Order: sequence, then structure tokens, then C-alpha cells
Amino acid sequence: MNMIEVQGLTKLFGKFTAVDHVSFQVKKGEIFGFLGPNGAGKTTVMRMLCTLLRPTKGSATVAGFDILKQPGRVREHIGLVAEKIILYDQLTAAENLTLFGRLNNLAEKEIRQEIDKWLSRLHMERWRNNQVGTFSTGMKQRINIARALLHHPDILILDEPTLGLDPQTTRAIHEFISELSQEEITVLLTTHDMNEADSLSHEIAIIDQARIVAIDTPRNLKRLVSDGDNRVMDIEIANLSQAMLSSLKKMDIVASVVETEPYRLRIRTKGDAAAGAIVGAIASQGGQIRAINTVEPNLEDVFLHFTGREMRDVSTGKVASTQRPPWRKGGSRVR
Amino acid sequence: MKSPTTVRIKVLKMFRNFKKTVVHSYRLGVKDLLVFARDRLRLVTFVIMPIFMMVMTGYVFPTENALKNAPLGVVNLDQGPLGAQIISALNQPTSGQGKKLLKLTYLGSETAADQQIREQEINGAIVIPADFSSKIAAGEQATIATITDQANPQISMMMSGTLDMLMSEISNQMATKKVETLIPGAANPEAVVNPFVVETRGIVPGNPNYFEFMAPGLMAMVIMMAAMIGLAGSVSRERELGTMDGILSAPISRLSVVVGKSFALGVRGLLQAALTLILAVLLFGVVVHGNLGLVILLLILTVFSFIGIGIMISAIASDQETAMTIMMTLMFPMMFLSGAFFPVQQMPMVLQWISKIIPLTYSVEALRKCIVLGTGLSGMTTEIWVMLAFGVVFLAIAIPVFGKVTTR
Repeated sequence: MNMIEVQGLTKLFGKFTAVDHVSFQVKKGEIFGFLGPNGAGKTTVMRMLCTLLRPTKGSATVAGFDILKQPGRVREHIGLVAEKIILYDQLTAAENLTLFGRLNNLAEKEIRQEIDKWLSRLHMERWRNNQVGTFSTGMKQRINIARALLHHPDILILDEPTLGLDPQTTRAIHEFISELSQEEITVLLTTHDMNEADSLSHEIAIIDQARIVAIDTPRNLKRLVSDGDNRVMDIEIANLSQAMLSSLKKMDIVASVVETEPYRLRIRTKGDAAAGAIVGAIASQGGQIRAINTVEPNLEDVFLHFTGREMRDVSTGKVASTQRPPWRKGGSRVR
Repeated sequence: MKSPTTVRIKVLKMFRNFKKTVVHSYRLGVKDLLVFARDRLRLVTFVIMPIFMMVMTGYVFPTENALKNAPLGVVNLDQGPLGAQIISALNQPTSGQGKKLLKLTYLGSETAADQQIREQEINGAIVIPADFSSKIAAGEQATIATITDQANPQISMMMSGTLDMLMSEISNQMATKKVETLIPGAANPEAVVNPFVVETRGIVPGNPNYFEFMAPGLMAMVIMMAAMIGLAGSVSRERELGTMDGILSAPISRLSVVVGKSFALGVRGLLQAALTLILAVLLFGVVVHGNLGLVILLLILTVFSFIGIGIMISAIASDQETAMTIMMTLMFPMMFLSGAFFPVQQMPMVLQWISKIIPLTYSVEALRKCIVLGTGLSGMTTEIWVMLAFGVVFLAIAIPVFGKVTTR
């Protein structure tokens, strides 16, 4: 059964197209990753599914309810963890949870039980009666997630849930999200962290400039760039020059070249014996190869494959408002 | 045709939805009040604001008997005894607290007086001409000139009022004496000079007091500020913090959000207005002549009449700063045109018309009637209807706008 079905969803803000004919389905209990740079339109899609924004075109059902015709029913079935933490600093953890439990029409007894349950699962019982304002960001995010889950939503919508959190909390939240999916809670995860998307998601939609460019399992997506003849390799060249780069780019077997670190290239290749050909080409120009490894491709390579750009270049700036996106301003990228 | 059962189910559903809306509104309102009560800085400003307002208007705004030691230049060119007599009379008058109203500076000529005013050493001058005594002795009408300080219209006005009063008193005394000499043995020389006197009384005991004029206006204003600034601030703050997304993605009606916020801000406004009234009674001797219950009813109506405007602005403005700017732009004219500080009757016609479309005008009017004159409910039906109408109309516009804006 599909918990989320999205068909041709489009959102315009004035003349700016934030989301352009986006379609996808999410099955029950699945973790669906929405991966893309900032400003790609991920949050806009999520807000439309939460009935906080009205789509310009297209349709969607969430938990079987139409987001336009039955927004109230949709809201009953979702839990939202937005980019900004939805808690009142002046209220205690328990007071915050009680308020949102009541707004979701839970009975008082049930609210108490649920608070006990989620606080203990998230290891936050000790802080029950402390004001949220005194918490660290990680602690707040745990309570925030408990708030979103209190009313047994079928679908948990997470927008960049680990943004700005320390590695331990991030790991804890990742584990928690995996547990939820085993409990048949469908998770829609919006992120620009490739590792997060890769390790958690059952399925990933890569979104760029308002459009979905690819949807598949992480494994299949990666297979696209390293399967059969396709390889990804890292080469370190002690005396890397611009001339070497441009000659590498011109080679038929080279799909893309990116300077990931100074003197270090990541090259995607096609065809047989590519490694030998590349080593030969570099050596012929007097290049001194320090190291060469074939690497497992990651979603960064997949993003590059589909968009021709490196995602981390894109995601460093706020893109939505700029007419001239940062990736047009050059940088370390060489193709 | 609908069967009676479906109708009953529909009615039952409507009732349940209504109950839910009320409960959610209450929860949200209580949440807002709790958040507010735990914010110490906001709590302090909440209490201090009406105190400041009251003290400011109480001690800073000019009142008639506030004139003390006002510097007045005196140019006495008169050779006879009458000039000196007038000056000694000017030295006499004191205010209620035994303070002198005027501080006299003796000057040699009219030009010297002009110069002193120009330098703002004195706020006015009185010139007694050389032929003053001789003219009066000869039975002619004499003239005393006063010079006003145009840079200080309020003090000038008070001063000329005081001078007029003093002068006519002295002139009456002189006339009475003259009558006595002209008609020896006249039964009542004063009656000849002043054939009648005017006696003034109010409809409630006590002298008219500027505070009684101000207090109702201040109360209405404090409420207006709480309802409008508080509402817009609160909605846009929650939008900026992101908590509004949590509320709006919960299965509650948009109406509950609006009603909940209004409820919380209404309570805050009422508390502040009550504080204002208590201060006015304790510090400035204001007496509530009307029914206290009616005062509260009027205050609640005031909140109601403003909520719609507050919601509309908070819905339109995308952030706190914009909301505040719009609020301030709207509130200043409302404050000054409503008659809270200055009587509407003394304004130009156009402004008087504008004041008629401001709900605050009616609130101030009704509160003033009730507090100062003890007017009952039947004496202010117009004001009450107008406030109700304002509230209903603005809310009818604001709620759909709010709903639309929160799901663009």
C-alpha cells in the first residue's frame, strides 16, 4: 500500500518555480529519502504534503487522503519535524508534549503514557520537567521528534533532522529512524547529507532545481555509476597541472573529472582497461602519480552523474533566492 | 430530500467540531499565557507600561494648575499708584499647594521685554503704560498690553488665561470702588458692576479632573495596543520561530488558532487595563462613578473590536518587523484621533470624520461616560453596537485571510 502518492506536484512562487512536476510513491513502512542541495525544492514538497502550502498544480494523497480536499484528515496522520524546532522554549518537555498531544485530540491518560514511552525511548526521562530553553540542540531535537510521534502518526516527515547536531546525536537519531521504519511508520526524510540518505533510505529521490532527476534504491543508483564498465577512481598527482586536467577530460573513456582535494582527482570512467589508459595519459605528460584507488561510488557521484554538478558545491549557499546560483561562479570543479 | 437522521448527524458533527474548536482555542490561549508569564522581561514591561503611561500623562501633560513660577516680565512705566497696585496683585496668586503661579522679572522697557522673550528668559510680559493711573483718574479707559511667547503656545495660553482672570478681578475691584464713590450708599455696588455671576456645577460630585478625562482613554489605548501589537507580534514570532508550522500541521481548525491567540491577548489587555484603572484610582484620585461590570464589558468589547485588525495585519506581514511597522503606522493616528488624549470636538471637520471610523473613538467615549459620568448601559447603546459591528466586520475579513495566507 502506498502511504504517499504524489502526481505532478508543482509549486510556483510568483514566477519562480520551486517544485516542477514532481511525482513519486512511498510504500508503508519505507524510509524515503529526498536528496538534493539547498533550494532544490525539498522543503516545498514537504510543506505541501503537510498541507502548509497549497500546490499550484498536481495532486497528492497522504495516508490515503487528498491534501487539497481533506487537509484535516491528512494532518491527523502525519508527524512533522521541520527544519526549525517546533517546541516552546518557555515550556517544559512534558508541557510541550502535552500541548501537542491535546491539539491532536489524544486523551489525557494516553498523553501521559505516550510521553513516558517516547521520553524513555529517546533517553530523555530525566529532563521531563525542565524548560526546553535550557536544552542543547540535540536534546531539543529528541523532544521534537517525540512531539511528532506522540499521536501515532502513520507518516513521519523529517526535514533535515540532523542539521547542526553532533555526531553522537546524529547517530542516535539515525538508529531511531531505522527502528521506526521497522514499526511500520513510513518516513519521508529530507536531507542534503548524502551519507544520511544513503544509510537510512530504502528509496531515494534526487531532486535538483525543482525537478526529480532520479528515483531508485541507493544501491541501484550507485550501480548506475559503477557497474559493468563503469568505475570510479581516486588519483593523487603530485604535480597536477591544468593541462593534465584538460587532456584527461578530453579522453573518451572519462565520464567526469572532479578535483576533490588539492592534487586529488575523482574520475568516473567508462569502458575496458580505463585505469591503464588514464595512468598512461598522466605519465605521458610527466605526471607523478602518488596513489590510485578504485572506490565505491557514493551518492555524490550519482548526483554528479545526473546533474553534471557536484552537490556539495551547490549546497554551500542558499540557492533559492539567488538569481545566479553559486555553482555558476566557478570553484574547484573541473569537467 | 434529507432524512431527519442525516440532519441530526450533521448537527451533531457541527456541535462536536464547535466543541473541539473551543477546546483547542482554550489550550492554545493557555499555552500563550504560560509562555508569556515565564518570560520575565516581557512580564516586567507588561506591568511597567501602564505605569509609565499613567505617570507620563499624569505629570507631563499640562494642566491649568500646573503653572508655577512661570517667568513673567513686568514693564511698569506708570507714574501713578495704580501700576504698583496691579503688580502687587500679580505677586499674590498662589496655586493650591501654596506655590506662586508667576515669577516676576522687572524690566525697563517694552523692547527689553521683547528681547527677554526672544532669549526665552521669560514666557510673557505685561506692559503698564505711563499714562495708566492718570487716564483712570480722569475717567478714561486705560490699556494694559500683554506680550505672548509664541514659542511656547501652551504656557502662553495658560499665562494669558491667568492674567485675564487677575486683570478682570482687579478691574472689578476698581469698578466697585468707583461705584461706591459715584453712588454713595448704594446697596450693593458689586451688583452694579456685575449684574449676574455664573455658578458652575457638574452632574457628579467633585471638580473636573484631567485624569478622569485621561484614564478611560488610556485604558482603551492599552487594550488596543495589547490586542493589535500583541497579536501581530505573537503570530509573526511563532511564524519566525517555526512553532506555527507545528500548530498548523496539527488537526485543528484555523479558527482555533485565531481564537486562542485572541483569548490570550484579551486576557493580557484586560489585566493591563485593570492595572491602569487601579493606578488612576490610587495615585490620581480618579473615581469610577459607573458600574464596574459595565467597565469590564466595555473593555472586552474593545478587545473584540480590534482583534480582526490585528489578525489581518499579522497574516499579511511576513515577519515581526513588518508587522510592527504596519501596526505603528495605524496606531498613532488612532491614538490621537480617537479623543483618548485630545477632545475630538476641537479637531478640524475632516479629522472628526476620520475619528468616526476608528473603533477606539467609541471605546474611549463609552468608557469615559461610564467612569466619569456614571452613565449606564442604556446611555451607550450606539457605542456598543458600533464596537460590535467593527469586531464582526474585521473578523469576517480577517479569518479567511488568515486561513488563506497560512496555506498559500
